[in-house]
Amino acid sequence: MSLWNNYGMNRRHFMQHMATAAATVPAMNFLSHLQANADVVKSKQKACILMWMGGGPPTIDIWDLKPGSKNGGEFKPIDTAAPGVQISEHMPETAKVFGDLSLVRSMSTREADHGRGRYYMQTSYVPNPTVVHPTFGSVVSYEIGKNRKALEIPAFVSVDGGAGQAGFLGMTHAPFVVDNTGRIRNAPTEEGKARLGARLTMLDEIESGFIKSGRGELPKAHQDVYLNAKNLMTSRQMAAFDVAKADAGLGLEAESQATKDAYGTNGFGQGLLMARRLVQVGVPFVEVNMGGWDLHAGVFDTLKNQRLPQLDKGISAITADLKRRGMLENTVLVWMGEFGRTPRINQDVGRDHWAASWSVMMGGGGLKNGQAVGATDKDGVQIADGSKAYLPGDIWATVAMAMGIPVSTVHTSKRGRPMKLANGGTPIQELIG
Amino acid sequence: MQSGRSFFRLFGSLGLVITLAGFDSNLSADEAKKSEEATFAAAGAEVPLGEFIDQQIRQGWQDNEITASAAATDEEWVRRIYLDLLGRIPTMEEARKFLADESPRKRSVLTEELLEHEDYVRNFTTVWSNNCIGRGAPQRVSRTGMEKFFREAFARNRPWNEIVVDIVTASGHYEENGAVNYTLAQMQNADEGVQLTAMTARLFLGLQVQCTQCHNHPFNKWQQDQFWEYNSFFRQVGKIDHRKLDPNTGRMVDDYSEVVWQEFSGPVYYEKRSGVMQVAYPRFQGLEVDPGVGVDRRVEFGKLITQPVDGAPPQIAQAMVNRTWSHFFGYGFTRPVDDMGPHNPASHPDLLERLSREFVAANYDVKELIRWIVASEAYGLTSQYNDKNKIDDPGAGEVPLFSHMYLKSMQAEQMYDSLIVASNAHKSGRGGWGAQEEQRRLWMQQFVVAFENDENDESTTFNGTIPQALMMMNSELMDKACSVERGSFLFESMSSPGNEAQKIQELYLAALSRNPTRTEIGKVQKMLKSYGNQRLMGYQDLFWALLNSNEFVFIH
Repeated sequence: MSLWNNYGMNRRHFMQHMATAAATVPAMNFLSHLQANADVVKSKQKACILMWMGGGPPTIDIWDLKPGSKNGGEFKPIDTAAPGVQISEHMPETAKVFGDLSLVRSMSTREADHGRGRYYMQTSYVPNPTVVHPTFGSVVSYEIGKNRKALEIPAFVSVDGGAGQAGFLGMTHAPFVVDNTGRIRNAPTEEGKARLGARLTMLDEIESGFIKSGRGELPKAHQDVYLNAKNLMTSRQMAAFDVAKADAGLGLEAESQATKDAYGTNGFGQGLLMARRLVQVGVPFVEVNMGGWDLHAGVFDTLKNQRLPQLDKGISAITADLKRRGMLENTVLVWMGEFGRTPRINQDVGRDHWAASWSVMMGGGGLKNGQAVGATDKDGVQIADGSKAYLPGDIWATVAMAMGIPVSTVHTSKRGRPMKLANGGTPIQELIG
Repeated sequence: MQSGRSFFRLFGSLGLVITLAGFDSNLSADEAKKSEEATFAAAGAEVPLGEFIDQQIRQGWQDNEITASAAATDEEWVRRIYLDLLGRIPTMEEARKFLADESPRKRSVLTEELLEHEDYVRNFTTVWSNNCIGRGAPQRVSRTGMEKFFREAFARNRPWNEIVVDIVTASGHYEENGAVNYTLAQMQNADEGVQLTAMTARLFLGLQVQCTQCHNHPFNKWQQDQFWEYNSFFRQVGKIDHRKLDPNTGRMVDDYSEVVWQEFSGPVYYEKRSGVMQVAYPRFQGLEVDPGVGVDRRVEFGKLITQPVDGAPPQIAQAMVNRTWSHFFGYGFTRPVDDMGPHNPASHPDLLERLSREFVAANYDVKELIRWIVASEAYGLTSQYNDKNKIDDPGAGEVPLFSHMYLKSMQAEQMYDSLIVASNAHKSGRGGWGAQEEQRRLWMQQFVVAFENDENDESTTFNGTIPQALMMMNSELMDKACSVERGSFLFESMSSPGNEAQKIQELYLAALSRNPTRTEIGKVQKMLKSYGNQRLMGYQDLFWALLNSNEFVFIH
């Protein structure tokens, strides 16, 4: 007997089972009709996938090449599906799907320290000792998560990351961290679940007295957290974390070897594949981390042989896959790190930290894609004359707009200070059309 | 009491009394007299401090027309006092001993015992080390050094003003003079002492000046120049990060760090929002320090912060009183506890003033301050509401009236130490101080790494995230706590004589420091029955459930 399953059968689960049971009896047509409707609803749910390049990627060698300049480096630019937009020769697959992607080539972000840069890019605010600002995933969790009633997985999932903080929005909006195999820390094993079920039944009995003892809301809130944890562990939606699992009701299939290969059999690729599955079940914000970009030495070898092949596979696969499934229109892709890297190549054939002029990639989400917004000068050392410089707040305001979060939203810090969404950034006109 | 501020306060409360007496015909003569007494007390005719505390708190109940909850039971109180003073629950033996004691003075006797307990030193060392350097691992900071400093300070019950002055003026090697680690932890960025300024004002003075780094404060009279005046006291702080040769690898590796004095004189320069450059000289609450060469400004700062201002007790005394009150009640007299000042009036201003004054008069004796708070009527109340004090709910944003005890979430260290105590792990080979601290640090890492937050805030208390719940349910520590191997609590309990009801009682006492009710015993026995001949497993699950219960994770 599995007590876990009995315990896990809460009202919502029960209703879901009833619904499934009722639907099985009539014609298959009816079922697939329901299914089709569910898929339409799901695919209309907005989401954002952030590809976070920890360490600071050399965007001058990836998105904004400078052939003919002393800073140009070893790589050549190639044409992409987007007319007039060229990217690195080591990103050939991405070039093919670039009609659905865009570049912002005139980022100018002033923070060139890893910690401060990460904070600035993820929150739109510079670090300040008075307040911890929420990373944008937490903002999405706060704004959109509460409306996803059917979602049992936390609304902000971070694959291999977790550096972001929810700040004044509260810990319930902190990133829920998993590794790229979908492993969740301290999660019970399959064998452990039955025992845990028995224990939770006992806990329910034991702590009910304290809840009824007239001590306010907290004792009940504690029980609710355990209930959420247990619901998560028993949730069907957990299948999204496991690429080998299929669940037709959720529209999840067991991923074929071909699909895994297409995304790339590395942490980043498998993380992106998991991100797509999480978006399918309704998670509005997924962050996938790829590290190893702090290339102070040997930048070209590392890029050519290690980083870019993985990056190329991952980006091209997720873009094509989301499109094929009709999910790209509603899923914004954002690719960024804490800063770019120096146009000047140092004595170790590396590039150092550089925040003055660099690129961020975006895509999907119903944006006007297939273009490069802004430009740097011929050596990449500053924003080109006449080109507008962008801040992280502008990127996140664009994402907010694409996701249907009002850009005018203002949150309140714990000390009662008003905090504008994305630090009052403005959606990038060219991208929102 | 000659200052303008006190005069206004007196005038204000007299006005209140007149209004009440004039318009509220229901006010009994007795109550009116009490109000008057309170007013006179505030004006300087001193009633004894203990009485005064209760009077002031009661005044708040009366003004808000609420009735306080009943006194806490011994079971509730003993758990609370152990957690607040020692940072852990009582052992089963300790709880039993207190509950069996029939002396009417047993609460004050236990308070005295605990103030002399080695875990008191450990607990307050943890609290203040976290306040000063956080829980993470700031670079070039020695936690060992910081803890050693506080351990000695609390073990000898050094006066608080001396402790603070030692910290803000500290120089030297980070293990030889552990006090410097506070400063080192605020020097993570080369920021011209900005963080050191902000943190010092917040932590030791209860003042939030950091907003004024960039602009005049929107809600209070503090101007931008004040931040930079404070900052100018810290411009002579330098540090040296020593390196040494590792003979094994032949490479240079990190050695110790030290805080040193560096030459700085004259004003600091800062920029107004308008772009105009301004100067600021070292000045604290109107008192100026010679900005010339050769003056050690931090030493001067240490002198200034211990001086009374306008007849009011020094700000370091008020800040410590506010923080300590909040340590025991979960809320201080201001919210947040480190944002005091005219823009954020205290909930009980006269009480705060009197406690601060007495704290100074008692030569900043921290234990004495704790005694006053713990002996108060309010600290002895149950955490259960009654029908007449439901509005006293600071969790919902109300001003705390202390008419019942508020629930506090355990800090991660309290949770760890309590699990250790409940499961007897402290008896079976936990080693000395060093080994214990090391294991506790490993547990703490889960929090700091999982949440990457070294601020002393909500992420380190148990209040509501799935990863925390999973950690409680399934972590190795919880496994160990429920283990039945030789030496564990469950092993000892199971292998000693006693019937089922007695065993259940022992488990409740060990985990919750109380006896189960008859109904609870009945319920548990019913559940145990379903385990058939796997009864031991049933007890394990029961203990797991007790340790995972809301009653365990909250201090109530």
